[in-house]
Amino acid sequence: MFTKLLIANRGEIARRINRVAQRMGISTVAVYSDADASLPFVREATQAVRIGPPPPKSSYLDIAALIEAARTTGAEAVHPGYGFVSENPEFARACTEAGLVFVGPPPEAMERIKDKSQVRKRVQEAGVPIVPGSDGVVPDSRSAAQEAERIGFPVLCKAAGGGGGIGMAVANNQAVLEKVFRQCVDRARAAFGREGVYLERYFEAPRHIEVQLLGDRRGRIVHLLERECSIQRRHQKVVEEAPSPFFAGGARAEMAEQMFQAAIRAGKALQYQNAGTVEFLVADGSFYFIEVNARLQVEHPITELTTGVDLIGWQLRLAAGEELDIDQYQVSRTGAAIEFRIYAEDPIKFLPSPGTITRFRAPSGEGVRLDAGYEEGNTVTPYYDPLIAKLIVAAPTRPQAIERSTRALEAFSIQGLQTNLPLHRRIAQDPAFRAGQLDTAFLERHAKP
Amino acid sequence: MADVAAHITGTVWKIEVKVGQTVSAGDTLVILESMKMEMPVESPEGGTVAEIRCRESQPVNEGDVLVVLR
Repeated sequence: MFTKLLIANRGEIARRINRVAQRMGISTVAVYSDADASLPFVREATQAVRIGPPPPKSSYLDIAALIEAARTTGAEAVHPGYGFVSENPEFARACTEAGLVFVGPPPEAMERIKDKSQVRKRVQEAGVPIVPGSDGVVPDSRSAAQEAERIGFPVLCKAAGGGGGIGMAVANNQAVLEKVFRQCVDRARAAFGREGVYLERYFEAPRHIEVQLLGDRRGRIVHLLERECSIQRRHQKVVEEAPSPFFAGGARAEMAEQMFQAAIRAGKALQYQNAGTVEFLVADGSFYFIEVNARLQVEHPITELTTGVDLIGWQLRLAAGEELDIDQYQVSRTGAAIEFRIYAEDPIKFLPSPGTITRFRAPSGEGVRLDAGYEEGNTVTPYYDPLIAKLIVAAPTRPQAIERSTRALEAFSIQGLQTNLPLHRRIAQDPAFRAGQLDTAFLERHAKP
Repeated sequence: MADVAAHITGTVWKIEVKVGQTVSAGDTLVILESMKMEMPVESPEGGTVAEIRCRESQPVNEGDVLVVLR
């Protein structure tokens, strides 16, 4: 195992990686931009290095600055967290070239996963059901029109190099498609530096269920069961839980097992290593592969709390060359866990609300875990994502987890800026949520003020 | 005649109009970026762009005037 780890991220995830690493006896290096100098993740690391001004491209996305920070501090490995450089094969390669261990899959696997349209092909060849869509990238709007006719409206335009909901747009008819297709191509070029756009059938209200994988260098892959992440706004997750109410208590056991096996097949087809997630949509009684996230997920704690597997600990061990000593039959789940993403945004229109936290009173209690990036007095700036904290609540059963969540959300107080806490309180009370009736259009119909 | 202000604190991502250009109500004038989200600032009324008071990648506060219409 390495003795010093550089954490190329910020906020709650930097803090969390730091805690796991220090517990394993690894000393840590935080990197920070000028906007983040007073945040807890900087103070808590063994060492901290300023890497640049606030804009991400001059700091957390600056590969040269990150590598230089690792070099000057003598770090042996780099954990990228999620977002920023975590899915950038160029960064992984730069680490390897500088003699650093990148905590994640090898750059070749990252490259394979980067092109979502290629990934669709590969996993389909491995027998994984994919969302009906275009055969690869669509070259122009005329072909887009033909493909859409074949797939059937509504269709979803997706940037092949995209992620996090950026570069996606729905078209209900040919006229809209023509406009949306062009916008998508432009957006893909501007945001991801590549033009490729492909089409998929758009499901109005599917469930979003994903499977956690861990893989080692020998090519062994195990899955750590599923998470349901259907409650979203703007294609970004807001509440996640494990198990999925769709599969809980042994419901649809056959389909669940098929999904787990499909996830493993996808992982093997992509020669995946380290921690990764295979995302599926569930609609009309079937499941369809959407994509692989080649990194730690924001919502990984609900898997940790229900399976007892330390995902970040395993990421570090796998990166250090250790082999998986978990057999698939040993993976089991106890209880239920729910994660609420506390965002700095208004709870109705979901518009960003940066500002200074004048009061921060976190809940505590049995089964309540809080992964927060900020504390009282800190400023949430407009430069990075709006995640202030993740409230993660575990209990022996889902109804108990919801009861504990309701109390924890009531007790949680953040002042000085707007947060989506009121939205979470409404979700926890919502009859459809309590009944486990979830889909990606949930927030359009439920938990209204 | 209208001063069009930023409705959120963020960074100017893209300026979509030029001085002298005619715009209609609802046209996107500027796209702001805040917390990884792009948000268009739309024209409240029809008119001509008289002045642009921001530049791309400039940080702005809520209420800062971005574009003046005539």
